[in-house]
Amino acid sequence: MKGWKGKLPWGVVIVLLCILPWFLKGYTLFILSFSLVNIILAIGLNITLGYAGQISLCHAAFMGIGAYTTGIMVTHGWSFWLSLPLAGLIACFFGMIIGFPALKWKDHYLALVTIGFNIISYLVMQQEKWLTGGPHGIGNIPRPSIGPLRLASAVSYYYLLLVFVILAILSSVWIIKSKWGRAFTAIRLNELAAKSHGVSLQHYKLLAFAVGAFYAGVGGSLFAPLLRYINPESFTFFVSFEYLIMVVIGGMGRIEGPIIGALIITMGPEILRVAEAFYLIIYSLILIFIMLFMRKGLVVVVDRLREWIPVLRLTKR
Amino acid sequence: MDTCFKANEEVGPETLMPLLQVNQLSKHFYKLVAVNRVDLQIEKGEIVGLIGPNGSGKTTFFNCITHIYPPTDGHVLFKGKSMKGLRPDQISRMGIGRTFQLIQLFLEMTVLENMLMAVQEHRGNLLSRLFQRDETEERKRALETLEFLNMAHLKDEVAGNLSYGQQKLLDFGMVLMPGPELVLLDEPTGGVEVEMRLKITDYIRKLNREGQTFVVIEHNMDVVMNLCERIVVLNYGEKIAEGTPEVIQSNQKVIDAYFGVQE
Amino acid sequence: MTDFIQLLIGGLSIGILYSIVAIGFVLLWQTSQTINFAQGEFVMVPMFVMVGLHIVLKLPFWLSFLLTILASSLMGYLFEKLMIKKLLAGGVIVIVIATLGLSAFLRYGMQITWTPLTLFFPHIFSTEPIKIRNIVFSSEDIWNIVIISIIILLLHLFIKRTKLGKAMQAVAQSRETATLMGINVMQIITLVFVLNSILTGIGAIFVAPVFFVRYDIGVQLGLKAFIAAVIGGFNQIRGALAGGITVGLVETLAAAYISTAYRDAFTMILLLIILLLKPEGIAGIREEAY
Repeated sequence: MKGWKGKLPWGVVIVLLCILPWFLKGYTLFILSFSLVNIILAIGLNITLGYAGQISLCHAAFMGIGAYTTGIMVTHGWSFWLSLPLAGLIACFFGMIIGFPALKWKDHYLALVTIGFNIISYLVMQQEKWLTGGPHGIGNIPRPSIGPLRLASAVSYYYLLLVFVILAILSSVWIIKSKWGRAFTAIRLNELAAKSHGVSLQHYKLLAFAVGAFYAGVGGSLFAPLLRYINPESFTFFVSFEYLIMVVIGGMGRIEGPIIGALIITMGPEILRVAEAFYLIIYSLILIFIMLFMRKGLVVVVDRLREWIPVLRLTKR
Repeated sequence: MDTCFKANEEVGPETLMPLLQVNQLSKHFYKLVAVNRVDLQIEKGEIVGLIGPNGSGKTTFFNCITHIYPPTDGHVLFKGKSMKGLRPDQISRMGIGRTFQLIQLFLEMTVLENMLMAVQEHRGNLLSRLFQRDETEERKRALETLEFLNMAHLKDEVAGNLSYGQQKLLDFGMVLMPGPELVLLDEPTGGVEVEMRLKITDYIRKLNREGQTFVVIEHNMDVVMNLCERIVVLNYGEKIAEGTPEVIQSNQKVIDAYFGVQE
Repeated sequence: MTDFIQLLIGGLSIGILYSIVAIGFVLLWQTSQTINFAQGEFVMVPMFVMVGLHIVLKLPFWLSFLLTILASSLMGYLFEKLMIKKLLAGGVIVIVIATLGLSAFLRYGMQITWTPLTLFFPHIFSTEPIKIRNIVFSSEDIWNIVIISIIILLLHLFIKRTKLGKAMQAVAQSRETATLMGINVMQIITLVFVLNSILTGIGAIFVAPVFFVRYDIGVQLGLKAFIAAVIGGFNQIRGALAGGITVGLVETLAAAYISTAYRDAFTMILLLIILLLKPEGIAGIREEAY
């Protein structure tokens, strides 16, 4: 939607996100920051899965590759800002490697190959002490600085993450609205029609994985200084399942989907913690419930809201 | 309607060889022989009909040419070049368009998006498709085609919401978008009402005069006999007759095939 | 050599248990394109039911066995009626997430409502070692292998010879055609879900003495069964059998000859090898495509 009026509601959200950290402390701020990292990751997976329809259950592995790239480089004195694009590119490279099996297999076979890759990368992270620090991981990861400005505090790092989230959203919209985005959607909707009209499944499936992995790598790179410590447990295939859930629950193939999904799945369990022991049961019931009654994802709720509140209609993409 | 393919401009040895040359094409599905050593030659500028009773292997034949699956035996040459090992998308970009019996559309996209999707991969390269957003020319062409098919008013309608006949027309419009030299149509008038049927056949003739070559699978005998200059008949995967409509209509083997005389 | 044969038997015994869970998996996929990520929990729950009936309530073994199978079938039936029916239209991924949710629900539900601790289930068959010419193995392993094999054989006969079984085959091949032939497809799908739960229930009873009865045992089992199904060929029942046995053998042999710590890694490596060389599985049939 062109024009500044259409951007207004998004502007409100962004202003809100800018003000929030001043009211939050410690753990809550951390969870919010973690949500931002997850938004970036979910955006990537949404391109691979939501738009191109390729089942990727190794997103956490790409994240881990990015995180370890930054972790290793930064603890050896390299600049964070050098490690960030490198993290994205190396993860992207591995994404392309996974893309090759995607050319031959679909659905559950592909799912298994990606899980297999995740398990193998986990094992490498765990075993190769000389590189990754083994099961103890890498600690004392410093926060980056911009020139003289140290982004050491939680609040300042939060703002850095917010900047990258906005970059991630804008870049993903740019890609999706290009012919690449249309080709991805075509592949997801009807592979036979796609290839009959000249769409190279090889190229685009590889791209879908590569692009998604790039976002994951960048997300992982930003994750490392957030926690200041990384270990293999953060990048298991269980975590990959969580990103899958984020994308599906939020709404596949929609721009708002990964944002909603990442926020809800990251913050939801924390909010539910009040129910103490029962929170996991409630959480899993909510998942089932959403799949039963809102299988297009929670973005459907946003769509309904748009119908009721005319102002929001301007934000429809 | 401008035609943007190369056929009109070629002068040289390529114009002397058949556009499509199929030699001894066979397709086996385990023990089932779907296509059995069929030879076929299509010259540029022809409209050829491919007929035969149900299950005679016509669609399988098309599938082997466009490499939806690889042929078990035989080879196919397009403009003198072997198509061995090519993928369907490569074949499409080479200039062979094809429709399916079961309409294949992008149901969640709009009519206009479907039309644009049918041509976007025929222009530029991977990188340009990311950066180049201008589609005015393609849009214009799409709208002209839709206009002709009486569907311009539906351009923003989701393809899944169209009626069967409209979807069939969209399918037809899509295959024409990139201006392929050779167009393989699998039952283009199935389920379409009489008026539109005539319009489609007229349009095929017009495009043919401008240089596009057509091979048409059809069950509607009126359409086939009127539209096609040459007809090939398949039965049980084998070519049993070939010739002008008059020759075919009086061919005993063809009559037997259709009226079920067992061999 | 004697070691090897002992390991072989042990591996077969475990493998056949994986098979019975994997077969249910494959049946569900074939007839309704359902990938049930809660399959492991479908084994875990009857395990607890069995403990409850036989250990806690001290009901006789055969009664507990029957009631457990009944409870398990009921669970399968409800699963289909309440969840799958609605989810089928949503596609594979929706079903994946929903069954993931169900898996978590059953797992944490069991942990909270019963116990997070490991429970104990006595061996059904005597674990007295039998010795034949220096080879020592337990009779339990042999009983497991024999009984489960018989059950699988009965299942095979049911599917191939009975009218109902043939209807199942028809639905697995093409739902549309089956409907046109007068088969009530929805009923067959319900039947297959109940059948799956019967299989997992039976599996539970044999697994209980061998593994441990704990709320999270389903995760491991489910994953192994999934891998077994893929290795064997997701489209074939005999594939699931071959796959389960293969996984059991590889696990046991690798653990003994190479290293216990990496046992699971070997199954994964095997999976990757199969996916690279013969993705349709050991017993599967290759589908052509460009």
